[in-house]
Amino acid sequence: MIEVRDLHKSFGEVRAVNGVSFVARDGEITGLLGPNGAGKTTTLRMLYTLMKPDAGQVLVDGVDAAVDADAVRRQLGVLPDARGLYKRLTASENIDYFGRLHGLPPALLRDRREALIDALEMRDIATRRTEGFSQGQRVKTAIARALVHDPRNVLLDEPTNGLDVMATRAMRRFMRQLKDEGRCVLFSSHIMQEVAALCDRIVVIAHGRVVADEAPAMLLEQTGEATLEDAFVKIIGTDEGLAA
Amino acid sequence: MTAFSTVYWKEVRENLRDRRTLISALVTGPLLGPVMFIMLMNVMVTRELAKTDRPLTVPVIGAELAPNLVAALRSASIDAGPAIPDPENAVREQRTDVVVRISPRYPEAWAKGQPVQVELIYDSSRRDASAPIMRVRGLVESYGRREGAMRLIARGMSPNTAWPVQVADRDQATSQSRSALMFSFLPYFFVLTVFLGGMYLAIDLTAGERERQSLEPLFVNPVPRWQILAGKLGAICTFALVSLLLSVAAFATAPWFIPTEKIGIALDLGWRFGSQVVLLMLPMILLLAALQSLVSAFARSYREAQTYLSVLMIIPVLPSLLLSVVAIRAEPWMYAVPLLGQNLGIVQLLRGDGMTAWEIGLCMAGGFTAAILAIWATATMYRSERLAISG
Repeated sequence: MIEVRDLHKSFGEVRAVNGVSFVARDGEITGLLGPNGAGKTTTLRMLYTLMKPDAGQVLVDGVDAAVDADAVRRQLGVLPDARGLYKRLTASENIDYFGRLHGLPPALLRDRREALIDALEMRDIATRRTEGFSQGQRVKTAIARALVHDPRNVLLDEPTNGLDVMATRAMRRFMRQLKDEGRCVLFSSHIMQEVAALCDRIVVIAHGRVVADEAPAMLLEQTGEATLEDAFVKIIGTDEGLAA
Repeated sequence: MTAFSTVYWKEVRENLRDRRTLISALVTGPLLGPVMFIMLMNVMVTRELAKTDRPLTVPVIGAELAPNLVAALRSASIDAGPAIPDPENAVREQRTDVVVRISPRYPEAWAKGQPVQVELIYDSSRRDASAPIMRVRGLVESYGRREGAMRLIARGMSPNTAWPVQVADRDQATSQSRSALMFSFLPYFFVLTVFLGGMYLAIDLTAGERERQSLEPLFVNPVPRWQILAGKLGAICTFALVSLLLSVAAFATAPWFIPTEKIGIALDLGWRFGSQVVLLMLPMILLLAALQSLVSAFARSYREAQTYLSVLMIIPVLPSLLLSVVAIRAEPWMYAVPLLGQNLGIVQLLRGDGMTAWEIGLCMAGGFTAAILAIWATATMYRSERLAISG
């Protein structure tokens, strides 16, 4: 479970995140929806302790990120906005590297790696060097290495960004599988369709603030609109920076 | 497996697969120095030999007026060439190194026992011409002295009366120290080797990771950043050290390619010299690895880091340049200055003087202190939030 309480972060004059609070529960998929530049990536970066919030608190499974950042990172599997792979290593070696950094014993690491390679349907590329991988193959590898330590909480920053239709469908299927395994899945997106299709709960962020935090059905009811798309536009006040 | 060794082995393995890094660390870095050294030395030796043995033809104006002088020149294998018009211009235009002009009064003055002028026309700003000029001047002067002595004897006086003071040369240069004079640029080659050996790794491991956007995922792992940095520095140092060892080994073979015995200098680049060089350079390996990482951390891209590092590469030249231009007497504190100390020490080893334990200690202490400061600065840089953010 991930709890975020009143996060603030400024870069100079720019208030990127200005009082964000929400809860992402285990066994649910929580979507962080907002236009480009709304503060989604900055919020996630504070969640996975890459940035320190100016104010506010992040709790992952009850552990305060400000108190024990390493423990928080151990509980998290993160697909950051930056998905850089080591192009002179094979996909398997990329996964192994992160597994070793997590301190997994070799036998367990091998089992986890093989299970993920099967789950992500990437057997055919596992022993190839990642140089020249397609966007979809890169994302698969990046997700496998992020989940190799079997984290309870999964953070995905725009996971379907740049993927084709087939890869997007596979990604959504995989996220539902993570949810069914009882994990807490939090992902960000600026694509309304995707959020609507996947989420148990939607947190809408605009201008660094949470403007709505509801189940999809409640959002419709609240705004009195017929479709989620119209509901989002009404909540945010504009459709700038969103994609259907 | 600890995070340090995980990072270390991953970086070593990954970079062993990169041709550019390998060529820089195992071929260009280590061999550039020895190859340039051998070439330069051969040029020097050839010129040194030219000074003494080669027959020389010098245009002499008015050779027919002084057959005795011309004969003396020829006995020292300096042949009188045909006279040329406008010798001043000929020298200026580098058509000839030196011209001898004998005064038309020569036969008359010689017969009367009076002094007479022999002009040497040359350009002292041309360094390559200095050897023939010295030879001709020395010969004319010694011929004059010899004839003077004969005249004194003919008048019943001892030639010693004319030279109450005599200069006797007592050159204290050993054959090794003579060679060291020419080798003062050699320490720079070792520094350059260490620099090139680790350079591509340092760029790749910081600026490269940022550019490829792999630094952010790496920092999300539950590992202290200083351990990641330590693993990376370890990998850079390993490549730099291998470079240095190869270079020292290549230098050890250099005497086979240089005809040192012909000009009477000794060159000892054996394992004793090599091991002391490696010892002196150990702190430099660490210092340069940290500096390279620090500078790369400021760069936003691989290319930018490359530009910064090529500027950084100039700094190690400064001590070599300073020492070759200004004759500095080594003061104890100089050994503690990183790079300068290494420079002094290596030149001293080349001269065959050896280094005292005290001097080696100062070198190591100064170098390691600087290295620790550089590592501390890099670690501070690594802790910053800005570093991980690629976009």
